Amino acid sequence: MSISSAKALRPRTSAGLQRRKPSRVNKTFYWMVIPALVLFVILHTIPTLTGMFFSFTNYAGYGEWNFVGIHNYVNLFKDDRILASYGFTFIFAITTTIVVNVGALFIAILLNSKIKYQTAFRGIFFIPNILSVLIVGYVFNYLLSNNLPLIGQALGIKWLSTSILANPDLAWLGIVGVTAWQSIAFSVIIYLAGLQTVPGELYEAASLDGASPWRQFWSITFPLISGFFTINMVLALKGLLQAFDQIVALTNGGPGTSTESVSMVIYRGGFQGGEYGYQMANSVVYLVVIVVLSLLQLRVLSRKEADFS
Amino acid sequence: MSTLNPTPTQVRTGTRRASRRRTSVNIPVTLLIAVLSLTILIPLYFTIVTALKSSDQLGGNGLALPTSIHWENFSNAWQLTNFPHALLISGIVTVAAVILTILTNSLVAYAIARNMHRPFFKALYYFFIAALFVPFPIIMLPVTKEMAVLGLDNPVGLFLLYTVYGLSFNIFVYTAFIKSIPAELEEAAIMDGASVWTTYRKVIFPILTPINATVGILTCLWAWNDFLLPLVILSDPNTRTLPLVQYVFQGQFNTDYATAFASYLMAMAPLLLIYLFAQRWVISGVMRGSIK
Repeated sequence: MSISSAKALRPRTSAGLQRRKPSRVNKTFYWMVIPALVLFVILHTIPTLTGMFFSFTNYAGYGEWNFVGIHNYVNLFKDDRILASYGFTFIFAITTTIVVNVGALFIAILLNSKIKYQTAFRGIFFIPNILSVLIVGYVFNYLLSNNLPLIGQALGIKWLSTSILANPDLAWLGIVGVTAWQSIAFSVIIYLAGLQTVPGELYEAASLDGASPWRQFWSITFPLISGFFTINMVLALKGLLQAFDQIVALTNGGPGTSTESVSMVIYRGGFQGGEYGYQMANSVVYLVVIVVLSLLQLRVLSRKEADFS
Repeated sequence: MSTLNPTPTQVRTGTRRASRRRTSVNIPVTLLIAVLSLTILIPLYFTIVTALKSSDQLGGNGLALPTSIHWENFSNAWQLTNFPHALLISGIVTVAAVILTILTNSLVAYAIARNMHRPFFKALYYFFIAALFVPFPIIMLPVTKEMAVLGLDNPVGLFLLYTVYGLSFNIFVYTAFIKSIPAELEEAAIMDGASVWTTYRKVIFPILTPINATVGILTCLWAWNDFLLPLVILSDPNTRTLPLVQYVFQGQFNTDYATAFASYLMAMAPLLLIYLFAQRWVISGVMRGSIK
C-alpha cells in the first residue's frame, strides 16, 4: 500500500517543483549529489578498476611491471594455497551462516514470547554486536587455549583436552563458534523486528484449532517472516565470506595455513608477499564469487518466499 | 538520549502491566532464556575477573573471583598502550564519521529519493547499491596506495572513507524512509518561498531524526570497532585506533594475560557504558533500520 501511494505522490512532487522553478531546482539537486559521487568514484570505483587493471600485470606493489594477460588467473587455479583458502572460507561461511540463522531465530522466538525481564534479556543478547570482533577474538583465544582444555581433561574428552585452535582439523570449528557467538546478536534483532510484524491473533486462532507450537512455527511464523530470513541469510553469508578480524585474533591463519581465509591471503600476499598483481586477480575472482553467490541466494530464497505466501 | 521519547516508554510499561494481568508469564521459557544468556555473560565475566587478577592467580577454570584485586593491571595497560591517545584517535574518527555520515548521506539520499523518475538519479541509486556487493579486499590494496599518494593515510582519511563507503547502505535505508514522507509537506514549504536547501534543512532533516539515529548507531559501531581499514590506511604509529593498538601490542601481551585483558576491557568499556544507558534506544534504532 505504501509503495503505491508513494508512486502516486512522486510525479506530483516533481511536476509541482518544475512548474515553479524549472532549472534552479534541478541544479540544486545535482549539487547535492555531485560531490558525493565524485568522492565515491575516487575512493571506491577507481580503486576497484585499478585493481582489475593490475590483475593482468605482474606488478609486485613497487617498481616496474609488465602485462601478463590472464597468466595470474591461470596460476590461481593451480595454487594449492589459494584453493585451500577458498575451501576453508566456503566451509566456514556456510556453516556459520546456518548456525547463526538457526540460533538467532530460536533466540528471537524465545525473546518474543511472554517472558519476564524481556527488555533486559533483549539487551544482553545484543551485547556481542557492540564489541570489536578482534578483541572478542583475543578473549576467546585465551579461553579456548587455556580454559576449555582443562574442562576437556576434567570430563575425559580426548579431542577437547588440548587447545582446539592448535589442532589443524578442529581450529575452524573454534572460529565458527566464536563468529557465531558474535554474529547471532545482530540477526536476533532483525528476526525480532520480523516477529513483531506477525499479528498475534493468528496464533490465537491457530491454538483454538489445536495446532502444535511446531506446526504454528512452520505454518504461520516462518512464512510471514521469510523476507527477514532471506535478508539475514544474504547479509550473513556475504559478511562471513569476508572474515578477517576474528581469524587474525584466533589462529592467525594457522596451524600452518589451515584456517587462512581469502581476505587474509589477499592481505598477506598483497602487502607482505610482493604479489600485488597476482592477489588482484584473486580479488577479482573473489568479487565474482561473492556476487554470484549473493544473487543465487536471493533467487532461491525469494522463490521460496513466494511459495509460502 | 533515552529521554528522547518518554511517552512510548510510559505507554509500553502501561500496556505491559495490563497484559501481564491477562496472560501469565511463561516461566520455563524465561528460565531457558536466562540459561542461554549465560553464554553471553560468562565470557564477559571472565574478561573482567581476568583483568583484575595477578599472573599467578590465572589458571584453573578461570572463573574464580580474584583473591586480591590488582588494579595495577589497568595502569600497566594504560601506560604500555598509551590508552588516552588511542582513545582520543578512536573517539575523533568515530564522532567525525557519525556526524559527517548523517549530514551528507541523508542529503544525497534526499536528492535521489525525490528524483527517482529521472534516469541520472535512478542510475546513481543503483550505482551506489551495486557497490554493496564489492568486497573490501578488492579495493584494499589500491586504495591504500591512493590514500598515501593523496596524503590521506591518517585519521582524516579514515573518517572520510567511513563516510563515503557508508553511502551504499545508508542511501538504501534513507531513500526507503524518505519515499514514505508525503510530498505535501515540501510543497507547502516551497509555496512559502523556501529553496530546496531550506526545505531539506527545515522540513526533511528534522523528520529524518529516527532514521538518522539508526544510521548514526550503525556507523558508530562500525567506525569504533573496525580493524582492517585502520590497519591498512594509517601509516603513522602515533595515530593508531583502539583495536589496532590491541593488535600491535599482542606480542608484548603474550607473557602477561592480566594486562592484556585490562587493555581489552578498557578498549571495550566506552561503548559498553554508553550501551548500558542507551540500550533500549540502540536496539529500537537497529530494529527500525531492518523493517524498512
